[in-house]
Amino acid sequence: MIPGRFDYHQPDSLTAALTLLNDLGDDARVIAGGHSLIPMMKLRLAMPEHLVDLKAISDLKHITVKDGSISIGAMTTQAELIGSAELALSAPIVKETALQIADPQIRYQGTIGGNVANGDPGNDMPALMQCLDAEFQLSGLDGQRTVKAREFYEAAYFTARDDLEILTEIVFPVCTGGYAYEKQKRKIGDYATAAAAVLLTRGADGSCSHASIALTNLADTPIYCEDASKALMNSGIDDASIAAAVKSCLEIIDPVDDNRGPAAFKKHAAGIVLKRAIDNAWSRA
Amino acid sequence: MTKATISLNVNGQTVETQAEPRELLIHVLREQLEITGPHIGCETSHCGACTVEIDGRSVKSCTIFAVQAQGSEITTIEGLGNPDKLHVLQEKFKEHHGLQCGFCTPGMITRAHRLLIENPNPTEEEVRFGISGNLCRCTGYQNIVKAILAAASELNETEVA
Repeated sequence: MIPGRFDYHQPDSLTAALTLLNDLGDDARVIAGGHSLIPMMKLRLAMPEHLVDLKAISDLKHITVKDGSISIGAMTTQAELIGSAELALSAPIVKETALQIADPQIRYQGTIGGNVANGDPGNDMPALMQCLDAEFQLSGLDGQRTVKAREFYEAAYFTARDDLEILTEIVFPVCTGGYAYEKQKRKIGDYATAAAAVLLTRGADGSCSHASIALTNLADTPIYCEDASKALMNSGIDDASIAAAVKSCLEIIDPVDDNRGPAAFKKHAAGIVLKRAIDNAWSRA
Repeated sequence: MTKATISLNVNGQTVETQAEPRELLIHVLREQLEITGPHIGCETSHCGACTVEIDGRSVKSCTIFAVQAQGSEITTIEGLGNPDKLHVLQEKFKEHHGLQCGFCTPGMITRAHRLLIENPNPTEEEVRFGISGNLCRCTGYQNIVKAILAAASELNETEVA
């Protein structure tokens, strides 16, 4: 399992990294935690001639909570997300999700930026980011732009990020209402057979004042369930509305047969994890 | 694609070696530095037999290039204890029969070492979750978990005393 040959670059600033990408063009790939890219390189499914490692760019590693908004640098690791007391208070669903990603060793290395930017439908953070209505900051040599997580994913491994851009930061509102990330997986370290991120806020009168649902690994992109989210806000939370929300979500997913099971089984599993996530989120709301 | 000079501190000793960027840390440790405690099990980030500690993080050394570890402090099983003076974890693995074939043991103990630094008094469930990135195909984990819990309680007693 020896990867193909490449040149290694470790720029110490974002500008230096962007300049390298611009100069090297298609032959270069950015590496963050490397736990998606290195396995692909070992299999020679990825054979970049240049690797641009972002690890030395200190600006890309931070968790900032300010004025009701959370911003996280792309090179922040899953372990750092889990260990952040500030984040546990301001958006506990992030820790709940990160703890279900891979295993301890991988969480020390794997980054939130790599997880959201890679475009692998199996990754857990993309659906969470859609659920949180996060925005991704993309930097290029010409400047910065912002893309919503709900508009970022085009197909498996295809995203709105241009090859010459680097995803630098993730921004989303503080969310302290009810939350749950429920994931069905065959074993620790596996990608989801089906997973659901749910946020539910209980209003002063006991109604559901905010609802957001997104699903992992049930199509070639994460799925934000806009109709079901809105329906829950309008109808309130009871057995009938939960069943309707689950039904509506299952209509828009498109799982495929693979070694995690046939599509029908995944749909079945999706219904169960989603119902569990809604129940759990509402009980915490 | 020239070789890079890589300087590492491995188990307290500064070492310098040459490696191509594509060489994985596990290969450089084993083949160039002759540190053969960390094992190559699956080489696909699953089994954890290659686990080493890099700057206070447990890392699967099959999923990091040696050049990425430039300048870092690395601890392997060789840095924890030796046949004349076993580490408490090694003692407890021996005492509780926390191994059968022994292949996963260096990674398992290196991981447990970091786990107990971060959580000196773990529950059984926390131990199981904490070593979930390390596979053992012999023991069924029962005795591994016992050994780690026993090591935790001995380390805690030593600290109080």
